[in-house]
Amino acid sequence: MLLDLKKLKLRSVNEKLQNIDRKKNKRDFVISNPEGNHAVCAGLTDNIDVTIRGHVGYYCAGMNQNANITVEGNVGTGVAENMMSGSVHVKGNASQSAGATAHGGTLIIDGDTSSRCGISMKGIDIIVKGSVGHMSAFMAQSGNLVVFGDAGEALGDSLYETNIYVKGKVKSLGADCEEKKMNKQHKIKLKELLKKAGSNIKPEQFKRYGSARKLYNFHIDNVSNY
Amino acid sequence: MCGIVGIYLKSKKFEKSLGGMLSKMLVSMESRGPDSAGFAIYNRDKNKLFKYSVCLNEMSFDRFKKKIKKKIKFTKFEKNSDHVILKSIEKPSKIVPILEDFTEISLVGYGKSIEIFKQVGKPSNVVKKFDLNKFSGSHAIGHTRMATESAITTDGSHPYSTGEDECLVHNGSLSNHNNLRRKLKKNGSKFNSDNDTEVAAGYISNSLKDRNLKQTLKKGLSDLDGFYTFIAGTHSGFAVLRDEIACKPAVIAETKDYVAISSEFQAMAHLPNVNSAKIFEPEPGVVYSWGK
Repeated sequence: MLLDLKKLKLRSVNEKLQNIDRKKNKRDFVISNPEGNHAVCAGLTDNIDVTIRGHVGYYCAGMNQNANITVEGNVGTGVAENMMSGSVHVKGNASQSAGATAHGGTLIIDGDTSSRCGISMKGIDIIVKGSVGHMSAFMAQSGNLVVFGDAGEALGDSLYETNIYVKGKVKSLGADCEEKKMNKQHKIKLKELLKKAGSNIKPEQFKRYGSARKLYNFHIDNVSNY
Repeated sequence: MCGIVGIYLKSKKFEKSLGGMLSKMLVSMESRGPDSAGFAIYNRDKNKLFKYSVCLNEMSFDRFKKKIKKKIKFTKFEKNSDHVILKSIEKPSKIVPILEDFTEISLVGYGKSIEIFKQVGKPSNVVKKFDLNKFSGSHAIGHTRMATESAITTDGSHPYSTGEDECLVHNGSLSNHNNLRRKLKKNGSKFNSDNDTEVAAGYISNSLKDRNLKQTLKKGLSDLDGFYTFIAGTHSGFAVLRDEIACKPAVIAETKDYVAISSEFQAMAHLPNVNSAKIFEPEPGVVYSWGK
C-alpha cells in the first residue's frame, strides 16, 4: 500500500501504521515523499514491512517494536531511538544518536553515522557499514556495535557491557574503554551479525573494544570518593 | 533551538529564484524559531553604489528621508515595509557614523552587496512582509529565532552584521560573550544589543582585519566558548562552522548549481534536484567555505 506524505498528513500515516487491521493481513507499506519529516514510522508495534522512499528527519522508527523498516535515503537525529525489537535498515547516512537507548532489534546503516551512535544503548545490535562519529557508544550498557569503517574520538566513553567491534581506525578511546581479546564466542556472535547485514567480511578483521570495568564497579583506589 | 539556512549559487541558473528558494527554507524552519526571522541577501548594485540597510523602528519614512537628505546629498531610497535600503556613492566611513547618530533607527547592515531585513514575528509573516520571493542574488543566509538569552526585538534578531558585507547567523549559545564583548569594546568594536551572536559577529569582523574568513573561524574554535553552528557570510560567499561537541545540527546539500545548508533536511526538501545532491553533515570543528 502506498502512503504519499505529499497528500496525507504525517499523523494519519503514523496512526494507520500503528493500528494495523490484523484481519486484513496487509503487511507491506511504502511511504513516498517523506521530505525530511520528523518521527516518520514512530511507535509501530506490528510485524509489518515499511519502505520509506527518500530522506527523513528526526526520530524515524523511534520506539519500534516488531516492524521492519527500510529507509531509501538519509535519516536525521535519533533513528530507531529506544527501539525494542524488529529491524531498521538505512540505505544512506544517519545523523547523531542513531539507535540511542534502544533495548533490542537490529539497526543497519549502509553509510556513515555522525556523533554519539549507540549512546546509552541497552541491548540493540547496531551495524554501521561506514564510519561513526565522536563519542559513539557513550555509556552503552548492552548489545553490540559493529563498525566497518573508522570510529571518531572517545569511542565507548564510560562504557558498561556493550561489545564494540571496529574494522577501521579508532581515533581515540573514551574513559574506561579498552581493546579486548576476541574470544570464540565473540567471533561466533560477530559472524552472525555480519551475516544479518549481508556481509561476508571475516570476524578476524575486526578488533573488539569493551569496558575496563573500573568506572562502574567498586574499585578500592576510589574508596575516598564514595 | 533556532533554525539557520543558507544558499550559495555556484552557477547563474538560480540567481533570479534565490529569494524564493530561501523563503521556503525559512518558513519550514518556523518550528525551530517562531520568535523572529531575518535574512541577508547578496546582490551587487548595478551602479556600484554602497547599500545601507536600515530598520526604521517607529520612525516614519518621510521624516527619516527629510533628515537624511540634510546630511547626505546623493542618496536613493528603496523602502520595503519598515526597512529602507539607502543607496549612496559615499563610503561607509562617512555614512555609518551619520546613521549611527540617529537613535530612533537601527542600521542592520551595509556594504556593496549585502541587504539585511529582520523583524520580530513568525518567519512566514516576516518573509511575506519583506516579499522575500522577489529577491535575486548570488548567495543568501537566513535565521529563525527561538529567543533564549536576550529579548525578542529587531536588535535581538539575526543576521548580525558588524562589518562591510559581513554577516553571521548562529544556532546555539555562547558562554563567554560578556568577557569577549568587553575585550572587543576596548579595541573599538560597537554593539547594539546584549546578544551573544552579535559578539561573535564582532569577533569575526575584528579578526577579518588580519585574516581570511577560514582562518578567522579556525581561531574562533579556541576563542568562542559555547555551542554553535555558524554561517558567516562575506561579499563573495559563506563559511560554516560547528563547535567540537556538535550538539547543534547542520546538514549540507551540494549540487553542480548550488550549495545549501540548513539546520534540518526538511528545509531543503523543496530545492531543485535535491534528491540527487551530495548530502552530508559538516564535521565538528571543521571550517567549510564556498566562494573566495
